[in-house]
Amino acid sequence: MKNLIAITLKETKGYFSTPSAYIVGTMFLVLTGVFFVFDVSKPFAEAGVRGLSDWASFFIVFLAPLITMKLLAEEQKLGTLELLLTSPVREWEIVLGKYLASFLMLLSIQSVTLYYVFIVYFFGNPDTGPVISAYIGLVLHGAAALAIGMLGSSLSGNQIISAVVATAILLIFSFINRVSSLVEGNVAEFINALSMNSRLADFSRGIIDLSHIVYFLSIVGVFLFLSIRSLETRRWR
Amino acid sequence: MIEAIDITKYYGDFPAVTGLSFSVEQGEILGFLGPNGAGKSTTMKILTGFIPPSSGTAKIAGFDITEQSLQARRHIGYLPETVPLYEDMNVRDYLSFMGQIRGMAKPQLHQRINEVIELCRLGEYRDTIIGKLSKGYRQRVGISQAILHEPDVLVLDEPTIGIDPIQVVETRQLIKDLGRDHTLILSSHILPEVSMICDRIIIIHEGQIVAVDDPGNLGTNLAGVERVEIEVKGPNREILPVLERVDGVQSIERMSVTGGAYHRYHVTVDIGKDLRHDLAKIIVEGGWELLKLQSLGMSLEEIFLRLTIEEEELPNNSGAVS
Ligand SMILES: Nc1ncnc2c1ncn2[C@@H]1O[C@H](COP(=O)(O)OP(=O)(O)O)[C@@H](O)[C@H]1O
Ligand SMILES: [Mg+2]
Repeated sequence: MKNLIAITLKETKGYFSTPSAYIVGTMFLVLTGVFFVFDVSKPFAEAGVRGLSDWASFFIVFLAPLITMKLLAEEQKLGTLELLLTSPVREWEIVLGKYLASFLMLLSIQSVTLYYVFIVYFFGNPDTGPVISAYIGLVLHGAAALAIGMLGSSLSGNQIISAVVATAILLIFSFINRVSSLVEGNVAEFINALSMNSRLADFSRGIIDLSHIVYFLSIVGVFLFLSIRSLETRRWR
Repeated sequence: MIEAIDITKYYGDFPAVTGLSFSVEQGEILGFLGPNGAGKSTTMKILTGFIPPSSGTAKIAGFDITEQSLQARRHIGYLPETVPLYEDMNVRDYLSFMGQIRGMAKPQLHQRINEVIELCRLGEYRDTIIGKLSKGYRQRVGISQAILHEPDVLVLDEPTIGIDPIQVVETRQLIKDLGRDHTLILSSHILPEVSMICDRIIIIHEGQIVAVDDPGNLGTNLAGVERVEIEVKGPNREILPVLERVDGVQSIERMSVTGGAYHRYHVTVDIGKDLRHDLAKIIVEGGWELLKLQSLGMSLEEIFLRLTIEEEELPNNSGAVS
């Protein structure tokens, strides 16, 4: 546990002391903001954060791998993984510690979008329920995306490759529901169940479904488990 | 304190290390000497638990490196050959992190960091970003993290490679000092370096131990053997006794030959003696037909030629901060 906290703190400090995290975060906020403003300035726009959370979810697919890409890839490239793995530290402490740091980073970026919510409340009178559910969906989606990013980062010593692999997996999970119309019956249902987008749509409509929560947490669990295994098998390669 | 038991490591089909067994007593400084590609780093990575052996095992402070990996790792301080460091941390934060993951408590850690910085003479650079340090100072940071948690066993893989001569001298002195209260294993391809620092030397070549000796005896009184392969046409009953009588021959093994009217022998000879001339002569004098005469593998002398024997060959790379 102490190891985990030490690793989380080190990585969190790392995020806040390097410019790249600020650049990536700012890009995310600007893009999300621009598209959101574009949406709400359409005629008959509703006062709400639906557009905001939809866009934020869309850009997380690209943001999360950029946040996680260095976490394990850099250790492999610099060779510092050799010192980490020969210290009395378990693989899960390394993966979980780094994951928590990336989650804190994402939360702090996402919390800045509350500024847009504040604007919506200032100029309109939105339903508070959907605002809250949308943010729950956003955080869960982010958590899942970061776990997928961790796996990408564990697979290669090259950060670009890590990010590309993670983004590809995330895009598949996001848009696989488009494929479901091509097939029928149980297969279509299964594909729909795998898709993130159909579940995110519920959250932004104000629906908090327990199965959706379980779904996102399962993705976190599965991909962190795979990252740990990937790190363990590094030794054997 | 360190016990390697029949360690073998394959990278794919390639045997980097085969059947390595040795032990290091508490407080001893063991030199692991061998030319590039001998299998030194592979052995260090196995001892420290970074990669598992293909077969065999090792014990560190009594703990098995595969079955009690975590306990074994608690007793090790390790400096890998490449000196991997987090480039964007400063020296103090880095040492603080390394201490924490070795389970050191905060107040004690703080004091120990100051001690180590003092010992490795990093004082002026304690707040410098590691990426800005020169190779010699990075090496010192690397050694600092290895000794920080006061491990029983120190494993240093080529600790003087790539740093300038003045720093090499200082680093060797530092290692020698460290050897006073650590069990230390040090790898190197530089003969004078290990003779100077170590209590005992193991020479490794192509993944096998070829000699074990005290530094004083090295090169004069080496244990070990080398082998010559001979193929001869003639009656085995006559050839064998003649070969056995050649001065310097220890033993002869007759190898099986498939479908050939000749015999193949592996002759084990005293180390450092080149008997090829004597063997050839006696075969020809016997009136037999000599088909092949070849030294098997590299002789210890040849291995020595591939070691760095002269200090001047050290690469130069000076400057404290680049
Ligand atoms: N990861 C690896 N994959 C394949 N071969 C390797 C690997 N690491 C080392 N080798 C090979 O194993 C042999 C021993 O390497 P190494 O232990 O690094 O030797 P040394 O440290 O004595 O120079 C060399 O021939 C090297 O090419
Ligand atoms: Mg090496």
